[in-house]
Amino acid sequence: MLAGGAATAVVATSHASARTGDRPAADPAPVKVSFKVNGERHDLTLDTRTTLLDALREHLHLTGTKKGCDHGQCGACTVLVDGVRINSCLSLAVMHEGDDVTTIEGLGTPEKLHPLQAAFVKHDGYQCGYCTPGQICSAVGVLDEIKRGVPSHVQADIAVSPAFSNLELRERMSGNICRCGAYSNIAEAIAEVAGEKA
Amino acid sequence: MKAFTYERAHDPVAAARAVAARPGARFIAGGTNLLDLMKIEVETPVHLVDVQDLKLDRIEPTDAGGLRIGALVTNTDLATDSRVRRDYGVLSRAIVAGASGQLRNKATTAGNLLQRTRCAYFYDTNMPCNKRKPGSGCAAIGGISRQLAVIGSSDKCIATHPSDMAVAMRVLDATVETVNAIGETRAIPIADFHRLPGDTPHIETALAPGELITAVTLPKPIGGKHVYEKVRDRASYAFALISVAAVIQPDGTGRVALGGVAHKPWRDEAAEAELPRGAKAVTAKLLAGAKPTHDNAFKLPLAERTLAAAMAEARTTA
Amino acid sequence: MKFETPEGANPIDRMNVVGRAHVRIDGPLKTTGTAPYAYEHHREIANAAYGYVVGAAIGKGRISAIDLTKAKAAPGVVAIVTADTAGKLGKGNFNTVKLLGGPDIDHYHQAIAIVVAETFEQARAAAALIRVDYARAEGRFDLDEALKTAALTGGDSDDGKPAVDRVGQFDQAFAAAPVKLDAHYSTPDQSHAMMEPFASIASWRGDELTVWTSNQMIDWGRGDLAKTLGMPKNKVRLVSPYIGGGFGGKLFLRSDAVLAALGARAAGRPVKLALQRPLIANNTTHRPATRQHIRIGATKDGIITAIAHDSGSGDQPGGGPETAVNQTKKLYAGANRMTSMHLAEIDLPEGNAMRAPGEAPGLMALEIAMDEMAEKLGMDPIAFRIKNDTQVDPEKPGRKYSERQLVRCLEDGAKRFGWSQRNAKPAQVRGGRWLIGMGVATAFRDHMNMTSAARVRLGKGGIVTVETDMTDIGTGSYTIIAQTAAEMMGVPVNAVVVKLGDSDFPVSAGSGGQFGAANATAGVYAACVKLREAVAQRLGFNSADTMFEGGKVRSGNRSADLAQAADAGELVAEDKIEYGKLDKTYQLSTFGAHFVEVGVDAYTGVIRVRRMLAVCAAGRILNPQTARSQVIGAMTMGVGGALMEELTVDTRFGFFVNHDLVGYEVPVHADIPHQEVVFLDEADDKANPMKAKGIGELGLCGVGAAVANAVYNATGVRIRDYPITLDKHLEHLPALV
Repeated sequence: MLAGGAATAVVATSHASARTGDRPAADPAPVKVSFKVNGERHDLTLDTRTTLLDALREHLHLTGTKKGCDHGQCGACTVLVDGVRINSCLSLAVMHEGDDVTTIEGLGTPEKLHPLQAAFVKHDGYQCGYCTPGQICSAVGVLDEIKRGVPSHVQADIAVSPAFSNLELRERMSGNICRCGAYSNIAEAIAEVAGEKA
Repeated sequence: MKAFTYERAHDPVAAARAVAARPGARFIAGGTNLLDLMKIEVETPVHLVDVQDLKLDRIEPTDAGGLRIGALVTNTDLATDSRVRRDYGVLSRAIVAGASGQLRNKATTAGNLLQRTRCAYFYDTNMPCNKRKPGSGCAAIGGISRQLAVIGSSDKCIATHPSDMAVAMRVLDATVETVNAIGETRAIPIADFHRLPGDTPHIETALAPGELITAVTLPKPIGGKHVYEKVRDRASYAFALISVAAVIQPDGTGRVALGGVAHKPWRDEAAEAELPRGAKAVTAKLLAGAKPTHDNAFKLPLAERTLAAAMAEARTTA
Repeated sequence: MKFETPEGANPIDRMNVVGRAHVRIDGPLKTTGTAPYAYEHHREIANAAYGYVVGAAIGKGRISAIDLTKAKAAPGVVAIVTADTAGKLGKGNFNTVKLLGGPDIDHYHQAIAIVVAETFEQARAAAALIRVDYARAEGRFDLDEALKTAALTGGDSDDGKPAVDRVGQFDQAFAAAPVKLDAHYSTPDQSHAMMEPFASIASWRGDELTVWTSNQMIDWGRGDLAKTLGMPKNKVRLVSPYIGGGFGGKLFLRSDAVLAALGARAAGRPVKLALQRPLIANNTTHRPATRQHIRIGATKDGIITAIAHDSGSGDQPGGGPETAVNQTKKLYAGANRMTSMHLAEIDLPEGNAMRAPGEAPGLMALEIAMDEMAEKLGMDPIAFRIKNDTQVDPEKPGRKYSERQLVRCLEDGAKRFGWSQRNAKPAQVRGGRWLIGMGVATAFRDHMNMTSAARVRLGKGGIVTVETDMTDIGTGSYTIIAQTAAEMMGVPVNAVVVKLGDSDFPVSAGSGGQFGAANATAGVYAACVKLREAVAQRLGFNSADTMFEGGKVRSGNRSADLAQAADAGELVAEDKIEYGKLDKTYQLSTFGAHFVEVGVDAYTGVIRVRRMLAVCAAGRILNPQTARSQVIGAMTMGVGGALMEELTVDTRFGFFVNHDLVGYEVPVHADIPHQEVVFLDEADDKANPMKAKGIGELGLCGVGAAVANAVYNATGVRIRDYPITLDKHLEHLPALV
């Protein structure tokens, strides 16, 4: 019997699996890593466990990249690495030696918005704003992926190059959850920048 | 996340050697599943060997007329490759049916095969789980099991394998190539790569400790119509309740593998012989001996109906 | 300012700024990642240590032993606080269950410790080294089982109302009705699943505590944090300028703020923490599941003669019911009525408000029942609803609705949506492999009056600054407050600075119950009225006829720049809106109609929404752009509730199993089509000086049922248990050809 039935059972838990063995009392030495963020080179000495997301937020104070779930389930942490969108929460910072990272702060500023940022404002493509930087970085990646011919689930013919469409956009943006439910407006914002109708 | 040391390897054998040399060491490539599990200490490596520099990121033709896909080819690059889209459409379709664009950009071919189950009890370290902690029991049995296996399971584990890509690889008869610490190579048929849970659900693949996947090869194209039907509650970014990878020939014969039903992609060549007689005949054989739970008994009729959809799709695109 | 009589003409009626679409003034900050959320105040707090919360591993029982030795010795650890070391803690007025558990455990993932370390990585690793021995006790985790013996409850008010509300003679009328429906419905536990996790940074200065947090109701949170920590309220400051979604989950003080404060005290330095995503569903609150029973009796021509609604739900001891019968009291006519609620004590995590508590799950059931009844009557479901419209509160016929345009919402929506194209017979329309259906449901949600205060400053250069502890949880508060002040002071929106979410500011309505926008702007209106008087006085104008327009102040034939009034120093005015009894004389409610078209895959039973329309009547719409966003967002959440959202309960272990964003599915882009929203013209002079009511919850009310009714129209299979997933109708779908 696992749990049911017994009125009292003793459950010991270390909140983790048991097969971890003994560990040294000190953490392993931090590791040096260098990468560019928004065009600027950073030389960091980091705990091996530090994710790219936490390196950006906690070490470089670039808090525009958001931590929504820390498990690749929401897309709020989306950044562009060498131009390709990824979840920065599921990537160790030390694995990004020499990489070129672009975050929301690198796309535009409140005074000089990137066209997608401006379109999100115009079409109210957000509400609480927490998923927004991830949505915008993801949209940058999506437009490039369509241009590069990366296929998607909604293509009728997988062998041909994808075209920009409402359906394509919604499928490709699906890794970015917006609980406020601004999807309809986000689609219009991206479509405007892509020069299409959502 | 337990502390670990980190190194970058520069050739496959050296990488395998580095992992073999340290009990508890692991390879890391895309990291999208491993890191996820490390954060909640389901995975607790003491040392990570970063394999991203191993130059296993190319897709090349084989002498047999097939393709050799480097272990580090990303899911996006594999799905985008024009040869794959032309000759192995089911593979491209399966990949883009999985995860999200961001994850596919990072996840690798080898890593995708090595994904661990999404069973919620496996993910919750307060719960018994024979896969996570051998001998502790299986909380999923008698628990919430809508997503879980209907066939090939055991009284120790009813987890499913979550990959879409692997289902297509199975239908294409792919082969997994590996190398170990002393430079020996192996070619493991995909059918033998993933294991059923049996009494040892924590042992999920045929890989030996420290053995590194270097490539996945595809035999020469088999033609036919390539279909991947994936069923899920939400329209995208969700694991399959059921998926069907099918390659259907003009004469109605073909191949079928199911995802979302078992601890491995589920295929039975004898059941495929029933294809000309329709979906019911195929699934009757393919899922004979199924032991669904109360929560997931619907997967049996769903499998049949999804295969029927795949067959109809193959006809319409013919 | 006390609002006691219907509002006459006022400066807002000009609608030069208010009532017009305006992009969010916080937009450039949000879209560039420069708006700071709770965890991100590194400019104010540079040296915060990192906290990590440990949640209980059992659903009910006791901690028999807790061993911190290894965790304390782990690298970087600064402090660990448990119930043993936290000192005496109180419980907040708005909390049902204590926020730091131990030795008794009330529910799964109840917080039992905070580990504070130099880095996030160290805190997380050390937290896993805490060893806890539990004595597990038998818990009550099965709602259906617990409801078998659950008592009636009087609802959410303690005014001595009878536990069963009756009008007329329901039993006789129902028995006599020629057409009847008697059906049971269920809604599951749901999770708010806002994108920003619960997060706080706490910093002590002597006995004064400042917490940067993510909270919808600053004053409630401040009071409950003080009460929990046993300190005076005026020694606590809460700051919450940006909130990454709440949906009711952040109405209350939660464990993040308490544990950050305790951790910071123990560490002797500021501490920041965010609840890890897998902890949130069980550690915090959720929308409780309901089991509903609806009976409707009608004449053959569709006049409702009897309507009864019972709802059962469960909560922790001391908690309340999900008030899912609310709307049934008032929405449709009917001489004989009966509503009741049952409340079971259960040991699952605390249930509490989630967007449109009561009405959201209540309408999910009632509006399917109306669809079923229309079909029994052979009536169009819109015609049936219109036939049973009422312009008075059916329980108290002397009370009129202040405004009720439900019929127009339904009729206008029907026209726009192409309702006449709907085939009343289900399972008739096919497009390729898709079965296609249309559904409709009424949206209904009360408007609530709440006292709300603001301070307004006129500074150098004619800049108007508004300060209120009102919050913007994505609702657009920043923008509509700026619009209100701009309208009142006759300046452009960009001459207004809005400062929100700080307990140093006057206490506002806060964000919840769709009461935020109307009440908070009414409070700003009141403060602006005072500021206008102060301006007139300083300029020596007659305040009675002073006009504020185009940056000028005019009185008779005299005119001055508004900025001139601040030349001799800043002018400051503060006031609040308070309410008399108009909401007793009139029923203040908001109305709408939701229209949905779905496709159901004839093969797999997969359901996809193809079109959505909402027509709403909710008083003056302060900003049609941000209001529309509230509605489309709510419609999206409604799709989630209809088709996928369910916290699944393991009744053996007593917890929500799918406690992350993989297991608990919410809609993604691909689930949501283009959405249409129409607002009917309305200005409700009995609501407040803004003549506005709420909209953010109305948008959710009824959506689930509209989807459910569309699915039925597509398939002919009626599903009464949410979420409507393919497994529930798969085997009843038309046979494959």
